[in-house]
Amino acid sequence: MLHSREPLSEERLQEIIGGLLRGGVLLAAGVTLIGGILYLLHYPNTFPDYHIFRGEPADLRNLPGIIQELIALKSRGIIQTGLILLIATPVARVAFSLIAFAIKRDYLYVVVTFIVFSFLIYSIIGGGL
Amino acid sequence: MNILEFTIIIGVISLAAGILGSLTGLGGGVVIIPVLTLGFGIDIRYAIGASLVSVIATSSGAAAAYVKEGFTNIRLGMFLEIATTLGALSGAFLAARVSTQVIAVIFGIVLLWSAYVEIKSRDSKDEERGEDRLAVLLKLGSWYPSPHGPKPYTVHSVTGGFGLMVIAGILSGLLGIGSGSLKVLAMDRIMKVPFKVSTTTSNFMIGVTAATSAGVYLNRGYIDPGITMPVMLGVAFGSLLGAKILVQTGTKLLKLIFSIVIIFLAAEMIYNGITGTL
Repeated sequence: MLHSREPLSEERLQEIIGGLLRGGVLLAAGVTLIGGILYLLHYPNTFPDYHIFRGEPADLRNLPGIIQELIALKSRGIIQTGLILLIATPVARVAFSLIAFAIKRDYLYVVVTFIVFSFLIYSIIGGGL
Repeated sequence: MNILEFTIIIGVISLAAGILGSLTGLGGGVVIIPVLTLGFGIDIRYAIGASLVSVIATSSGAAAAYVKEGFTNIRLGMFLEIATTLGALSGAFLAARVSTQVIAVIFGIVLLWSAYVEIKSRDSKDEERGEDRLAVLLKLGSWYPSPHGPKPYTVHSVTGGFGLMVIAGILSGLLGIGSGSLKVLAMDRIMKVPFKVSTTTSNFMIGVTAATSAGVYLNRGYIDPGITMPVMLGVAFGSLLGAKILVQTGTKLLKLIFSIVIIFLAAEMIYNGITGTL
């Protein structure tokens, strides 16, 4: 880097985080759009009753199930994949911040970011709580 | 109404919600939940799931632009996310144990309150106190771009702000909203952070808060692809547009109009929650 002797300048950090968030949202939206088009082509004239809560089928509730549906190219599985990518975007941002603060030797913020990251991972893995 | 019509209508409303949500810092959830439940008769649990998705999309889409502009205080956001993620976990835990009618009423009250905060006149910076010692230790002070070059600011009352952020997190996990107005209040009023820094840092934090509850909600089957798809696409695009407008213009009138809309929606949510017609 030309303008700074710091290993990772504040401006560069902002640029990378901004790019990461934008990329994540665009990727998630792209996947969802593809799934959405397939979904609309597949069920053109029906309408599900959302007034009564049934909950989603088991294979649309967790990552292994959603990946199976994705591989089978099921439209609802593709949409849920887009959703997983969207959830992963802020998680990736926190993970990147953790690395960035470590490179900057800002150990106080390595600890702060690690706490946030732990809560995030706990909630996603221990999602049945 | 068939699926195609349903998708288009929800998509257009979500687009508007995304624009307004990122302009006002309130997030799209405050519009999405009442519209889906009151307007389309959708069960509030599906509405919460869809809203949660809209919240993550709004935050990440708009934050991408703000962070590059240099308004967002990344350290401040990161530190306060300890409070909001902890709160969100507790809120998502509570959500499965509280009836949907109670959630609707709480939601209405939170809406009323956030509208009140938006309307109330903003007499900025009453007394100048010294910078909080904790803020110095945590290196929370920063600067933001202004027409006259970078403008520095300090951060006050860190513990008070942190406490309010825990509550913001609980409400977010319980109701599937971003709790943007509470986050802005904590930073702008209590921690005395400049308004634009508060709104953009709030937006930045909302995605992480919502992602914390998202796994829980997905596992409970609250997130339906047919509702989620138009909501997410509309809001993601809307928030990108909204962020472009905020950087250019003031939003005073818009906030007033938005707040009045929210008051009506809030009253209806509370009424429906109490009478059990939701």
